[in-house]
Amino acid sequence: MILTITYEGSNTQDLGYLLHKNPERAQQFELTYGKAYVFYPEVSDERTTAALLLDIDPIDLAKGKLGSREGGLFDYVNDRPYASTSFMSTAISKVFGTAMAGTCKKKPELVDVPLKLTAKVYALRDNGNEELAKKLFEPLGYTVSTERKVLDEKFPEWGNSPYIDLTISGTVRLCDLLNHLYVMIPVFDRQKHYYYSDDEIKKLLDHGKGWLENHPEKERIAYRYLARRKGYARKAIDVLSAEEIVGESEEEIDEEKEERIPLNTQRMDAVFKEAINSGARSVIDLGCGEGRLTSMLLSEPQIRKVTAVDVSVSALEKAARRLKLDRMATFRKDKLDLIQGSLTYKDSRFEGYDCACLVEVLEHIDPSRIPALERVVFEFAAPQTVIVTTPNREYNANYESMKENSLRHSDHRFEWSREEFKNWTDHVCEKFNYTCEIKGIGENDINLGSPTQMGVFTRNEQV
Amino acid sequence: MSKYEISIPEVCLVAMVGATSSGKTQFANRYFKPTEVLSSDFFRAIITDNENDQGISKEAFDLLFYAANKRLNNMKLTVIDATNIQKDARAEIVALAKKQNVHAVAIVLDLPEQLLQERNRQRPERNLPPRVISNHCREVKRAIKYLKKDGFRFVYVINSIEQFNNVEVIRTKLWNDRKDEHGPFDIIGDIHGCCDELVMLLEKLGYVSSEHGYIHPEGRKAAFLGDFCDRGPKNVEVLKLVMDMVKEGNALAVPGNHDVKLFKYLIGKEIKITHGIDKTIEELEAEGEEFKKEVSKLLDSLISHYVLDDGKLVISHAGIKQEYIGRASMKVRDFCLYGETTGEVDTYGLPVRLDWASDYRGRATIVYGHIANTEVKAVNGTYCIDTGCVFGGKLSAFRYPERQVVEVDALKQYYEPIKPLEEKKEEDTGDVLIAQDYNRKMHITTELLPSIDIHENNAAAALEIMSRFAADPHWLIYLPPTMSPCETSFEEGYLEYPTQAFEYYRKRGVKNVVCEKKHMGSRAVIVLCKDNKSARERFGINDESRGIIYTRTGRKFFDDNNIEKQLLGRLGEVLNKTRFWKDFETDWVCLDCELMPWSEKAQGLLRTQYGPTGYAGIDSLDNAVEALKRVCMRPNNAFNVSELTTGQNIDPKVLLDKFTSKKEDIERYIDAYREYCWKVENVDDIRIAPFHLLATEGKVYSDQKHVWHIETIRKYMTGIDPVFMATDYICVDTENEESINNGIRWWLDLTSSGGEGMVVKPETYIARENGRLLQPAVKCRGREYLRIIYGPEYLEPEHLERLKKRSLGRKRSLAEREFSLGMESLYRFVKKEPLYKVHECAFAVMALESEPVDPRL
Repeated sequence: MILTITYEGSNTQDLGYLLHKNPERAQQFELTYGKAYVFYPEVSDERTTAALLLDIDPIDLAKGKLGSREGGLFDYVNDRPYASTSFMSTAISKVFGTAMAGTCKKKPELVDVPLKLTAKVYALRDNGNEELAKKLFEPLGYTVSTERKVLDEKFPEWGNSPYIDLTISGTVRLCDLLNHLYVMIPVFDRQKHYYYSDDEIKKLLDHGKGWLENHPEKERIAYRYLARRKGYARKAIDVLSAEEIVGESEEEIDEEKEERIPLNTQRMDAVFKEAINSGARSVIDLGCGEGRLTSMLLSEPQIRKVTAVDVSVSALEKAARRLKLDRMATFRKDKLDLIQGSLTYKDSRFEGYDCACLVEVLEHIDPSRIPALERVVFEFAAPQTVIVTTPNREYNANYESMKENSLRHSDHRFEWSREEFKNWTDHVCEKFNYTCEIKGIGENDINLGSPTQMGVFTRNEQV
Repeated sequence: MSKYEISIPEVCLVAMVGATSSGKTQFANRYFKPTEVLSSDFFRAIITDNENDQGISKEAFDLLFYAANKRLNNMKLTVIDATNIQKDARAEIVALAKKQNVHAVAIVLDLPEQLLQERNRQRPERNLPPRVISNHCREVKRAIKYLKKDGFRFVYVINSIEQFNNVEVIRTKLWNDRKDEHGPFDIIGDIHGCCDELVMLLEKLGYVSSEHGYIHPEGRKAAFLGDFCDRGPKNVEVLKLVMDMVKEGNALAVPGNHDVKLFKYLIGKEIKITHGIDKTIEELEAEGEEFKKEVSKLLDSLISHYVLDDGKLVISHAGIKQEYIGRASMKVRDFCLYGETTGEVDTYGLPVRLDWASDYRGRATIVYGHIANTEVKAVNGTYCIDTGCVFGGKLSAFRYPERQVVEVDALKQYYEPIKPLEEKKEEDTGDVLIAQDYNRKMHITTELLPSIDIHENNAAAALEIMSRFAADPHWLIYLPPTMSPCETSFEEGYLEYPTQAFEYYRKRGVKNVVCEKKHMGSRAVIVLCKDNKSARERFGINDESRGIIYTRTGRKFFDDNNIEKQLLGRLGEVLNKTRFWKDFETDWVCLDCELMPWSEKAQGLLRTQYGPTGYAGIDSLDNAVEALKRVCMRPNNAFNVSELTTGQNIDPKVLLDKFTSKKEDIERYIDAYREYCWKVENVDDIRIAPFHLLATEGKVYSDQKHVWHIETIRKYMTGIDPVFMATDYICVDTENEESINNGIRWWLDLTSSGGEGMVVKPETYIARENGRLLQPAVKCRGREYLRIIYGPEYLEPEHLERLKKRSLGRKRSLAEREFSLGMESLYRFVKKEPLYKVHECAFAVMALESEPVDPRL
């Protein structure tokens, strides 16, 4: 990965003094995962360019450094040695630390003078977010230009590369330019090569001093710089005296944008209400995810027993953290069971509940496995009430950011129209002797229905 | 002096009853195995170190009963050594026996009180007041009267020390235990007076009529599943035929519910004259008292179920739950006669039956009748062979051990059924998978490896993968194993080289190996049926598809069903043309294949990892090289080591060389991955190279050599449709240098033009060295290809040296276990074992795949 900084004007060789690097020499510096080199591809009165070139050891990256106890962070086949990432920031602070701090012994008068500077960063991964570079650098007074090519010219169908070559130029102090680059380069990237800690917050605040607090994108910068850790980002934001941070979700369509009360909340409320109205004393939350519904049910005196089931062990761990299972009062804890289970395997642990809830679960299951799910839920577990919610595909037309025929989540195997859902509920009712009432959740569009459809199944009395 | 015989069933729950100091422990230890005796003193000591601590009795008995329950689960005779003089204590024992469906036995020590008092005085550590002993003795005497009534099936009382010393415990087999009978058997379902059909069936089975009744010249034995009479036309004739055969030892019989009802009638109990018994009674009354007595005697002698052939076969009228097999109680008997119902009734007013067979996980084959179906119904190793002859269906026999069904059609409908016979349901209830079979530590026995353990957390991971991503488990009759590379090479500039692959086998006594070209695609398993009818019948698939193509993790290969359908259709065409189905006498085939291009499955990987790495590499290295060139061209950029500044000085020309070399690496890396990508516009652009003909009906081809596999595939599957291609190979003699060099040259040729490399396999499908299973295959990958595994720059000497240190042990152990499991699932499927048994193997492969192992191996 390579970064160049060009100084145009007169006596531009002074860049050497400012950077504390002699234009007549190439030098190397040791980094944790490789080496950094500084050299000057051009030196003249009118124009001097310094280059910072990184030589990252791909084997160390993949295997973990010899003697270190952590395994490798990355795959052998990886853009990390080449793309401009947090490694570059680390190198900037290591190699140009003095310049960044605004120290120049030989020519101190230059430090506070805005100079005509241009920086080029190659292979900066913005994942196709065309606006990002401009949004980040223009408020700081730079002229921004970017260049993007196809990922592989032999396979144009693979589309554009997720990288840009970025050029920013402006009349700024060198130390500001370095600080800007230091903070902004990792903002582009998703992965960080270091582990996060409060230290990183301090670094962000130090290097952002004097400009970050007024930057219109400060929340985003903090959030992304801190590797999308909301907790850390919030701490930083608090210091920057900003309001609530809004999380980003890049894979999932943001259903929430369209709603005043978040759709997920409306969904949980609706399912919760149905469960209570059914008179259930015991509920099984099939596909509990992080346990939102479970948590609501636990606080309801009518419900004496809640079992939360998910097929994903990591979801269950999250749910346990969310529900603060380890600190839960015994009374509450006795009401709750958190178990791993699958909806396509018959499971005696699912039996004996008054009500089962499947909130946004169906669409994550392959269509060919739905018959197995039907039997597990409606034939073998066979609770009095079954509440099922699933997206209404027709409503997707209202989500502007969605491409046609795409689904709301990358793991969705299908999304049903209202008619398809109705057909399915009819089939289930007939086969397993249930009656179903269908309701909508969320804003009701006259033509397209609600974003979420809910079926409330009630088992028919035996003859 | 003759022994005092205590005769008890070999599995039962024995209660010692006797006053303190009566010698119960001594008796138990003398006449039973130490592990059979559970003493309350022992469990008191376990908890408190003091066997006399009466304060802890409750907890001690909790433990004792816990242990007793576990023993009885395993059909182990258990003796409870405690005073058992209180009614409550004995009630608990009887309750456990009842729950476990074994007989409770009481052995009472009623010795003279004087003797006990004397013993007590000699035991200072206990030293109970004499009145305690007296009380005990009184209670024992009182208890004796009530023991039978309390529920002890056998009661033995020992009155004297002489008797005490002269006991012989005789363990009798249970009545249902006929494990020493090995057949072969012809098991015949519900007859209901259909004598003509019975005779036809017996003759079809090869029985001949003799003066001693029907007899099989080859010594086969008939086994009747009860319900001989009612509804049909010739009840007495059936009874005569069956009685003759049973009497002569040519047949076994278990009773059905109709037979029990008839017996009640015969001994004068009141019964409802319903369900067609009127006809039977009429016939019997015409026969006279003598015959009625004979019938009554036979019916009284029938045992609810039989355990046959070392426990591998069980017969019963209405089936039997796993936990009831080989046990005796009214509960077991009732189940065998009537089955179990939910208490609800269906729309015909008939009781809704509990589906015990779909939960059955036992090893024994169970053959039963009672519920009339249109066809013999096989579920989890159970076979319901009542095919409703009297209702105009068929009379069926199940031949054991052949597992063949032989049937004759009813000559007419003799009786109108209340509801139509049960058609085979669209989805057979029997093959529902049960979570509890898999969400635990698993222990699997396979033919190739006797014991494979799956840890619980790996099973949990597999449950998630199976549930979220895998195809319908009915299709997953095989998951391919992972494959280990050869050891790293000493050859300079190579990470892998053929020498090590040949060495691996040569060192282990394998002289001949086969080198197969490794097509750079993705592993794919194809299961294809002749038509969707055979898919439905053999695989239980109901979505009208006739096959599947799935990945090595059991996921459907194509998201687009249409592509899969077309490819399967084209393969089907080819197999029709080459008469494959006929030559192999099969309706289905399972193939292990490589599917190309790699980009078809690796699209995501290419776009998110391989492509971007190449792009970022070229972009940054191009610019780095450009910048370095300019530095080197600058005239005044003299390199002078003496003038150090903050960093360490370095010659830019050295850097230029270094980065030029890096750039070449990246270019070659891009060439390498491009080699395996091409655009697929339709199925014509896809290539499939099958390399194992894994299995067809009744056969797994693990007994055939690899050359047979490849040549058979070439003959039957290639050369007709360009999509299906053959695999190049050469044979190498690992003990012949010329042959080895030949192999190396072949590999160099393959890989210098960018090929992935080769797979080296022992000549035979399964190879062992001194019984130890060897790797089924070892791969040797090409030099350029490995750039997409180990990174563009892996061949740089400083990198390669570090990469050569790699450990293969874990990978090889995984490959071995996964290979065994993959073959096992095929063996099981071909043997028509139930779905849960086949799925167990596929599930275990997934679980093993969740074990962390270097993904680059």
